[in-house]
Amino acid sequence: MNDSGNVYKQHETIAVNTEAKSAPIGHGRPWMDPTIEPFIRVEGVSKHFGDFAAVDRVDLDIYQGELFSILGGSGSGKTTLLRVLAGFEEPSTGRVVIDGVDMAGIPPHRRPVNMMFQSYALFPHMTVAKNIAYGLKRDGMRKAVISERVADVLDLVQMSDFGPRKPAQLSGGQRQRVALARAIVKRPKVLLLDEPLGALDKKLRESTQFELANIQYKSGITFIVVTHDQEEAMTLSTRIAVMDQGRFPQVGTPTEIYEYPETRFTADFIGTINSFEGSVESVSGSEMSVSLPALDMTLQVPVKNGISNGDTVCLAVRPEKIWISTSPPETADTAVLTGTVEDQGYFGNLSLYRVRLETGEIIQVSAQNRERQSERMIDWDATVHIHWDIASMVLLKE
Amino acid sequence: MNTLVKSSDRLVRFVNRRLSGRAVNQLMVRIPYIWLLLFFLLPLVIILKISLADPVMARPPYTPMFDWAAGAVQWFQGTLDNYRAIFNDRLYMYTYWSSVKFASVSTVLVLLIGYPMAYAIARAEGKWRTIFLLLVILPFWTSFLLRVYAWLGLLNTYGLINKTLMGLGIIDAPLEMMYTDFAVYIGIVYSYLPFMILPLYASLEKLDGDLRDAAADLGAGPVRTFIDVTLPLSLPGVIAGSMLVFIPAMGEYVIPTLLGGPDNLMIGRVLYDEYFFNMDWPLSSAIAIVLLSLLIVPIMILRYFQDKEAAA
Ligand SMILES: Nc1ncnc2c1ncn2[C@@H]1O[C@H](COP(=O)(O)OP(=O)(O)O)[C@@H](O)[C@H]1O
Ligand SMILES: [Mg+2]
Repeated sequence: MNDSGNVYKQHETIAVNTEAKSAPIGHGRPWMDPTIEPFIRVEGVSKHFGDFAAVDRVDLDIYQGELFSILGGSGSGKTTLLRVLAGFEEPSTGRVVIDGVDMAGIPPHRRPVNMMFQSYALFPHMTVAKNIAYGLKRDGMRKAVISERVADVLDLVQMSDFGPRKPAQLSGGQRQRVALARAIVKRPKVLLLDEPLGALDKKLRESTQFELANIQYKSGITFIVVTHDQEEAMTLSTRIAVMDQGRFPQVGTPTEIYEYPETRFTADFIGTINSFEGSVESVSGSEMSVSLPALDMTLQVPVKNGISNGDTVCLAVRPEKIWISTSPPETADTAVLTGTVEDQGYFGNLSLYRVRLETGEIIQVSAQNRERQSERMIDWDATVHIHWDIASMVLLKE
Repeated sequence: MNTLVKSSDRLVRFVNRRLSGRAVNQLMVRIPYIWLLLFFLLPLVIILKISLADPVMARPPYTPMFDWAAGAVQWFQGTLDNYRAIFNDRLYMYTYWSSVKFASVSTVLVLLIGYPMAYAIARAEGKWRTIFLLLVILPFWTSFLLRVYAWLGLLNTYGLINKTLMGLGIIDAPLEMMYTDFAVYIGIVYSYLPFMILPLYASLEKLDGDLRDAAADLGAGPVRTFIDVTLPLSLPGVIAGSMLVFIPAMGEYVIPTLLGGPDNLMIGRVLYDEYFFNMDWPLSSAIAIVLLSLLIVPIMILRYFQDKEAAA
């Protein structure tokens, strides 16, 4: 896994279908370009189990070469959506279009997608090599070609020596690689990955993450990755769809999702955020003033569509956007709040503080430890001054 | 009072020590073996012993193996005459062959009928699954003998089936079904079906649905998925079910006697006749021992597959 030169070399042999090559990956933002057709269209798709909607009228456009993540908690409907895309479940409403073809009524074995299962679903009675060869055999490929491609892909996932083993003789991480190899060896147009790194421990997961991204980049296959790990989604993806109770509260790039969360759920789910309820006092032109009782202040923020006088809104700011100091700051365009440090955590590179304001509100602040310190500069019960740029605040929908 | 408490305490401690000791554990572990020894191995040894004796008009009707009166020198008085008789008599050999044939054909038939049923039950919704399983087990609540007798009423010349078919005008004359090989097959297939369905169900039920989906995902249609994934992974169930049908069907006595024709030759029936009508215990014991040897072959096959599976 450390020998990345190896991975590069092998990639020439695994070569990828030409369509994928013509669309460079990671360059540009196809979702911003109206002339580019999405590769996968999900239109109003729901999946009901009895009265319960596991997936609830979702729309999604995914472009060729993307590494698209679906991020949500357990039971939010991620697996169900993947199963609809793979064809294991018929959608209750809506339709799925892949590469311009409506997938309605097309069984899984005729779809140009392959799936890596959350359970890996390796055939226990077949060796690793037979597992990987299975999909190629179904395509009626010649034996020589099959064994060549199996060897290539085993190299790619660095499992060359394990071809004759049975899945039961592998560790969790090795099984995960075999499952990945089996899914990509067919060079599908789309690869669906259901929590591909879920069974790995933290260290292995981090290194495998980049390996996965590397494989995706080199193969040009469009990846749709389901995960409940926000860090994984943030580092890997071109775009993320946040999923909650069968719906997508937000779809966007990692930066958009993190810096401009639209809903409270998204803001809370990804990272930490301080959010304050307030009411709109007045709207004038492009600005409105919102009073925030928790901070005991009124702020001028840009107007958002559909908000009028008297509405309750939620303003939020991330902990690392806040300045904290023991002495009052010299330059302060905004109001400076004073409070006491109720709790603090030292993480080496940064420190986290929980600051209690005079109003009783607790605000989380994180600060880089830029200077080496022998003592903690800001200690428990210290009186601190905090402030932030109004522009770094976001207006959240409930 | 105090001394009483003390001594009872001591007793309790003593008993506890004894009970929790290794001796009791060892005994618990060995009970199944003791059971097997007493009720399986010992009778088998007795049968083996009788099979090596000569028949006599006496009680018991065979020569003793140990001639106590003659002293220790002549203590073993065995003969292989009974085995010679079996192997030299074409009728016996044919009967064994015929039993193997009946048992094999029935096993295949039961498998062909039982597999789709087990598959359907394993794939059914939870509530239905319970109901179907109950229906499979339901016949066991009636005596086996009665259920076989019931087929008499169905298969008879003027039984339910013939009457219905004639009533519908499908046939003019009643079909001769009773006392034929056909009736024997019907009886065996009917009686042993649950023994096939239950182990098959057990292995199909624990088959991970994701594996089937994975095969489909990799391009296998429903038939290929069945051949490549479902069937091989349910093989332990197929083998267990087949053994559970084949072995008792080989020695089946009731079904060929009640439903089969007079010329039907199955070894269980011959054994019974030798034992009760001819009073030739040694010969019938030898027949049983040969039958057992025949059955050991499929059991060895079963073990072989089980070991292979365990090793994988
Ligand atoms: N076959 C099914 N029948 C009934 N309910 C189901 C079925 N599959 C999933 N669900 C329900 O749908 C919801 C979403 O499940 P799933 O898509 O597996 O979630 P996730 O993968 O995000 O953890 C869950 O509440 C689950 O219980
Ligand atoms: Mg899931």
